[in-house]
Amino acid sequence: MAQVGRQAEMRKGRAASPGLASGPVVALEATAIRAEATTVRPADPAAELARLAQALEDASVQLSVLIERVDEDAAEMLEFQLAMIEDEELSAPAVAAITGGTAAPVAFEAALDAAIAGYLASDDDYFRARSADLVDIRNRVLRLLSAPGAAEGSQDPKGAILAGVDITPSRFLETDWSEGGGIALAEGSPSSHVAMLARARGVPMVTGLGALDAAKRVTAIVDGETGTVWFDPDAAMQAQHEALRTRRAREAGAARAYLDKPARTACGEPVSVMVNIAEPDEVDGIDPAHCDGVGLMRTEFLFHGPGGLPDEETQYRAYRKVLEWAAGRSVTIRTLDAGGDKPVPGLTIAEANPFLGCRGIRLSLLRPGIFRIQLRALARAAVHGNLQVMLPMVSQPDEIERAGGLFDACIEELRAEGIEAVRRPPLGIMVEVPCVAITPERFLAADFFSIGSNDLTQYVMAAGRDSAEVADIGRADDPAVLALVEATVRAGEAAKRPVSLCGDAGSDLAVLPKLLARGLRRVSIAPAALARVKASIAAMRLDADG
Amino acid sequence: MSDVVLTANVLLEHEVGLHARPSVKLTKLAKTFSAAVEVSPGPDGPWVDAKSIVKVMATRAPKGTILHFRASGETAQAALDALVKLVEDDFETGTGDTD
Repeated sequence: MAQVGRQAEMRKGRAASPGLASGPVVALEATAIRAEATTVRPADPAAELARLAQALEDASVQLSVLIERVDEDAAEMLEFQLAMIEDEELSAPAVAAITGGTAAPVAFEAALDAAIAGYLASDDDYFRARSADLVDIRNRVLRLLSAPGAAEGSQDPKGAILAGVDITPSRFLETDWSEGGGIALAEGSPSSHVAMLARARGVPMVTGLGALDAAKRVTAIVDGETGTVWFDPDAAMQAQHEALRTRRAREAGAARAYLDKPARTACGEPVSVMVNIAEPDEVDGIDPAHCDGVGLMRTEFLFHGPGGLPDEETQYRAYRKVLEWAAGRSVTIRTLDAGGDKPVPGLTIAEANPFLGCRGIRLSLLRPGIFRIQLRALARAAVHGNLQVMLPMVSQPDEIERAGGLFDACIEELRAEGIEAVRRPPLGIMVEVPCVAITPERFLAADFFSIGSNDLTQYVMAAGRDSAEVADIGRADDPAVLALVEATVRAGEAAKRPVSLCGDAGSDLAVLPKLLARGLRRVSIAPAALARVKASIAAMRLDADG
Repeated sequence: MSDVVLTANVLLEHEVGLHARPSVKLTKLAKTFSAAVEVSPGPDGPWVDAKSIVKVMATRAPKGTILHFRASGETAQAALDALVKLVEDDFETGTGDTD
């Protein structure tokens, strides 16, 4: 696969989300609309002012909708953008210029460029970095001025390959992936939030390709299985891609045959395969018969809304929806895992090293007022299905007892209020802090263990999840990580505590056989990976150790 | 007299100063009061509208700044109390229920 043809080029990067996509290239950095090209001399300043007001209003609405859909990091960034857009001071210079006869796009671009220059001139890194938000605002409003109502990415051709240095969560979420498409990035990381979004949505993605001149590329093929990208493929490459696509489609067709059957290895060993979900609406697209339940339901989504922290009723409805969907299958809901890379405004604490700070259960125990609302909602939802509740970031045995005590107190409180439809579900823990995996026998107050392989790996290997430079060090199949997985599985067996794994390692087909060989029999994976993982389990022989 | 101007000040201890998230919280809180509220990184100004995130961000107040507030109008005292508490609590309040 050497370079053939004039411009054709093959690049190797890191596989971030599986799948194969082929399509026209859209350069991420070139999508900014410049005002000069789109402007005619305005006849009527009043009409221009109204046009700007409408674009600002549309931008506010777009951001508000996005904030509901993105993770905490992105939501915080967008909250700032939203506040800026809604502040009349931001557009005041533009309004003055328009009143003086300037066209709205030219006036707004000049006003924002001046503000951006002000941020860039700061000697404070933090303020300089915020200039990126102002660039986002400028581009969004200019786009809305040239095409009213248009969302970012709405001018992309169908099935486009987005290529560039990196991609923001908002750009990913505003892209229409219904007709396929993929992502090819010079930088980025398979552990980034966008990569997680891509895996959940089934969008092929490759990161770490090195500098690529995306604006000069016309078409590309992205292979998210092998981390390969072909830019401007020649006829031979395209034929190869076609053959690969046909083979993968045949494999996927064969894989789908495994979807509605329980997973079983070639040697007959049953494996429980559950799904990870981040929002209750995700289950609408999944047939519950295709999985053995929900191994991890995250609850951070509840804390994204502009209305602040959610009340008990909102939470209760979200949990009940998923329990009813599961129709008796096990549903494991994780209590709020804020902190670390997931700050929640108004809740988490600013720390120099948040991954080693007050996150997960530590924060919940520090803020029992908020934790109790969640526990009350969970106790009420528990009567609607087979609920398990899981605590994140446990590192001290007494954290389980303290959380359990709060849970019991909440249930008594509910009964005292006359609410009888409550139940105390089993309370288990995430095994992600190495101290738990090293001495799991100290944590048997937990009713079950769920290995969070992403955090366990980053803590064991001291390799951050969002750093491309150390991504090769932070491998879930490092012998040290596998030894801790095995220790946890053995401790669970000895004490009759179910053990599952809910990190990305469970759907990494290179790692999964090694996990099963060490005795793991329950995994929880992205819904998009169900068919692939179940089919591959069916081909595994455990005696051969993958 | 409704034109009386009340003042208050508080030490800003937030790690990265008055950056995006604290500014969002501060301006949102200020907007819940009908009183006119201004903020300044020093006793002698420059005073800016505490309800404008563009202006508040432009003060670029670093950690260790003594933030000065002044307010006038009907809810002036309540606005000052709330804003000082927000800064004192390192911008962690406003969730309504923490302990």
